[in-house]
This record gives sequence, C-alpha cells and structure tokens, in this order.
Amino acid sequence: MTPFASASLRGLAVGAVCLTLLVAALLFGAAIGETRIPLETVARTVASHLRGGVHGIDPIDAGIVWNYRLSRAVVAAACGAALAVSGVVLQSLLRNPLADPYLLGISAGASYGAVSVAILGLGGGFLSLSVGALGGALLAFGFVVVLAFLSGRGPTAIILAGIAGSQLFNALTSFVVTKSATADEARGIMFWLLGNLSGVRWPDAWLAVPVALFGLTVCLLHSRALDAFAFGTHAAAALGIAVRRVQVVMIGTTALMTAVMVSLVGSIGFVGLVIPHAARLIVGVRHGILLPTAALVGAVFLIGADVLSRTIIAGQVLPIGVMTALFGAPAFALILVHRPAQTGGGR
Amino acid sequence: MSRLVAKGLTRRAGGRAIVDGVSLELVEGEFLALVGPNGSGKSTLISMLAGLKRPHAGDVRLGGARLDKTPRRDVARAIAVVEQQAETGERLTAREVVALGRTPHLGALSPWGEEDEAAVEAALAAVDMLRFADRDWHSLSGGERQRLHIARALAQEPGIVILDEPTNHLDIEHQLAILALVKARRMTVLAALHDLNHAALFADRIAVMDQGRLVALGRPGEVLTPERIATTFKVAAMIETAADGGCHIRFMPLPHGSQPPSRLPERHDKPRVINLLHGRV
Repeated sequence: MTPFASASLRGLAVGAVCLTLLVAALLFGAAIGETRIPLETVARTVASHLRGGVHGIDPIDAGIVWNYRLSRAVVAAACGAALAVSGVVLQSLLRNPLADPYLLGISAGASYGAVSVAILGLGGGFLSLSVGALGGALLAFGFVVVLAFLSGRGPTAIILAGIAGSQLFNALTSFVVTKSATADEARGIMFWLLGNLSGVRWPDAWLAVPVALFGLTVCLLHSRALDAFAFGTHAAAALGIAVRRVQVVMIGTTALMTAVMVSLVGSIGFVGLVIPHAARLIVGVRHGILLPTAALVGAVFLIGADVLSRTIIAGQVLPIGVMTALFGAPAFALILVHRPAQTGGGR
Repeated sequence: MSRLVAKGLTRRAGGRAIVDGVSLELVEGEFLALVGPNGSGKSTLISMLAGLKRPHAGDVRLGGARLDKTPRRDVARAIAVVEQQAETGERLTAREVVALGRTPHLGALSPWGEEDEAAVEAALAAVDMLRFADRDWHSLSGGERQRLHIARALAQEPGIVILDEPTNHLDIEHQLAILALVKARRMTVLAALHDLNHAALFADRIAVMDQGRLVALGRPGEVLTPERIATTFKVAAMIETAADGGCHIRFMPLPHGSQPPSRLPERHDKPRVINLLHGRV
C-alpha cells in the first residue's frame, strides 16, 4: 500500500473515531450538570425531539436536556470547530505557529463592541451584547486589514497590523471599563470576555452551526492551496496558487467565523492556538485531513471544557475561557516540549 | 508552451532600475545559464520570467501568450521554479514535498490519482531519493533538500524549469550532481548560476547580466572571454579552451594588498592586475 493510501485510511479512521466522540461528547454534555440526568433519558429526549413530540419523559428533565444543555453543547462544538479551523488556516497562511484566530484584532474589537453596548449604552438598549460584539469585531478586523494592506501585505505585515489593532482596541476597552463601569458591570464584562455559554439557546446554535460548517467547507475547498503555502508565498505562487485571492478568501472566512463565535460566547482562548498543533501531531500537516480533524477535536474539546466549567465548582459556573486555558496551557507546553527537534536550516 | 520570450523587461526599486530593458528568448530544449555579479538583477529577472513578479515595462510571453494574462495554474503547469533555499516549518515528509508539485494539476475537488502517484514516484527516482521518501524534511541535508526541490519541479511536469542559484550552499559534489541531473532531463532550463565554470560546463548558452542590463548572450566560448570577465566581474582570468569546444576559466589571484574594487569605489574602477594582463583598462 502506498503511503498516500495509508495516510488517507488513517485519516478516515481518525475521522470516524472523532465523529463518534463528537456525538458521545454532545450526549455527555447534555447529561452532566448540577442535576445528573441518565444518558438513557438524554438519548430518549433527543430521539423524541427528532421525531417530533415528547412522550414518556419527565418534562423537566427533557426541558433541561433539550433547551439548556444540548443547545449549549451544540454551540460549544460549533465554536470549538470554528476556532480550531481558523487557527489551522492562519498558522499555515502566515507561516507562524503562534498565530491564532484572535490575531487579527477580532477578540479585542468584540470586547470593545460589547463594552460599548453594555457600559456606554450604545444603541440605546436596542442592540444586544452579541450585535455590539460582532460590530466591534468587524470594525477592528477592518482596521487591521487596512493597516496590513498599507504596510506591505506580507505575513509579517499582517501579524504586526493585527498586534497594533488588538492593542488599540484592548486599550479602548480598558479605557471604557475603568472610566465608566461600576464594579458589578466590570465583573460582568470580565466574565463575558473570558467566554460564557450561559445564555446560549437554540437560536444561537442555528447561527453557529451553519457558520462553522460553511467556514469549514470553504477552508476544505482551499486545502491544496493551503498545503502549497508550506514553502512560503513565492513557492505557492510558483505552484499555480493565486496567492492574493487565497489569502483574501481564507482570512475573510476565518475572520467571519471567529467574529460570529466571539459575538455569541465571548473570547474563548487557547482553542484556536492549541488544537491545531494537537491535530497536526495526530494526522500530520496535509490540510485535507488536518482541517476536519482539527474541527472535530476542537468541538469535543470545547464541549468538555464547558462541562468542566459548569461542574468543577458546585453551584458556580466558571468562565469557559478559564477552563480552556487551564487545560490548554499545559497541553501546549507538552506539545512544545515533545515536538521533534527541527535540525538544520530551520526557518 | 516551452518557448519563453521576454521583451524590454524593466523593473525598478527605490528609484533605480534593478532590471533595465532586458530582452531574452529561451529556446525550447536549451540550457540557458544566467550569470552576473551580486546585485546585477539575476533574481529579479528570473522572478519576472517565472511570472512571480510583474515587470514595470516590457512583457514576457509563454508560447505566444502574455504571461501576466495567463492564469497562474496554467503558468505553473508550464514553468516550475526552484528557489535558492526554500524552507518550511511544517513537518512534511520528502514524499509530501515532492507531491506539492502536483498542485497545479489538481483541482479543489479532484482526488489524488494514479497519475499523480506515478509522477511523484518517477520524480523521486530521478533524483535518487526514493529510499528517503518517508523521511522527515528536517532530517535531510541541504543537498538532499535541494534534490527534493528538483524532484518537486519534475513532478510538476513542466516544459520549462527555472532555477535561481540552485547549488548555493551545497558542496562541490552536490553542485555538480544537481546540475547534471537537470541537464540529463533534456528540459528547457533557465538557471541563474554563480560559478562561471558550472555555466561553461552545463549551459548551451550563457546570458551575462551587469547592473540590470543584459550585456552578453551566446555560447560559453563566445561569452566567457577574459575581457568580459574583467569588465563584468572585475577579476582577471585565463580561459582554457578544450578540444570539444568547452572552456575552463582560471581566475588570477589579486595582487597582494589590493582589494576588490567594489569596496573602494572612490579609487580606481578596476584592479591593476587587469592592466598587467591585458595592457588596458
């Protein structure tokens, strides 16, 4: 058997395992919480909802499972997938292992948008926190794009523009919070900034899931182009890649995915940075396999992080961003330590 | 599609012409070496001929069609480029690197096929790297990596291969091996080379660049004269012509205490040794 055939078989096997894991994680996500609900009840609730009409299940349990926990787990999965895919794409495109979805100013912009609505009262009560965050994210992204365009458009220019944009909008957020927020508001905003799935319901899932699937599909269609960036933009162009078009489409797609996810659940850190590296260790660097793997691992990881954030301290929900970083940081450190040494030439 | 014609190529940077009105034709099946001192515009010219940089004036035609109007994918099927030392941070195997050469032949949805597999195998075999096919890129030596770049270009199945100083940083054995490998494939080759003897040994024709201009173009024996080497490269040389029409260049040591003129621009333009050898400046 050729290595290519065995690699794709391995990819398929990993994909099947991950898909099973994803379904299992969703069910566990719905089962575990302050009141533990048997998996059987969860399965029956889901089955009866899919068939239409709920019969023979405690309506309170069914309500918790369907309206609160499952919707939450589905959004967590979509966010995890979207952030992990965005991380893979940006790391490949910018040839920087430290790139993450928030590099382009999106999380900083979303924070600013959120505090503008929540503290400054922008929109006079008609704008929700999510709409404000989405607006802020797109504003900051636009700022970063213009700055990157003016400063040379290369990977380094994009990264530096992202740093400048993020710093600016983070400073604006801090300014607003320290100047105008009460202690309670400041605490609430901090909670939101670290990622929060508490208010998430099905309408959020109906937005998050299509956006994540759309983003994953667009990125998958560009997987060969992303592979071709391994030796830099010049080499990619010499391999027939329309470099500028691919950069615009890929950065635009990841920015859209990230902005929507951040506006729904806040800036959940580390998923977009760690999961891509973990996925590379599992299936290698070819994007046709890497992207779906990262999506599934990211989804499962975030469902798990959400369950932990709800259950690790009885009677208290921790921000999910604390959980991802708490487990993400050591995982990242492990990956760095165990990454095979790169001898010779290097980058 | 293996005929590349450049007319009046000019590209400027910082108010200075890096390449200045160069016209050049790459004839099907030939090995054309591009030589010239550092900063003479070789790399920029090569980038324009490969369609990677746009000329500010002039145009390049590939098989009659303007290169900048040809879709990138079509260009990549006709022209493969091997850079000086392209590096990656990704953990790719040797085979995966060579497989990148199939990129212009594969669409977003077309699966990897038998034909692609065969092209990669053949390319790996051609550069004698089959036994290293599953090795990690980062575990390979500079010479092995460059051979893989050549294999990647072969897997691209182009009519033309453009090489930008492909033997830099390699030891002499690998330098000769890489050039012999390319020569043996009987493709149309354009290679920027630093070593004039390599150019003389492998090229059918040699193009000499000096300060952005094409100052000579012809067969090695015609182009590599002591006068040309003295004016362009600022060194003295003796040319030994072999019976088969090939030639070998022997560079003369600079006199004790003298320095290359580029470091002493305020003094004389050429080293005195040329006076001694040729009786003129």
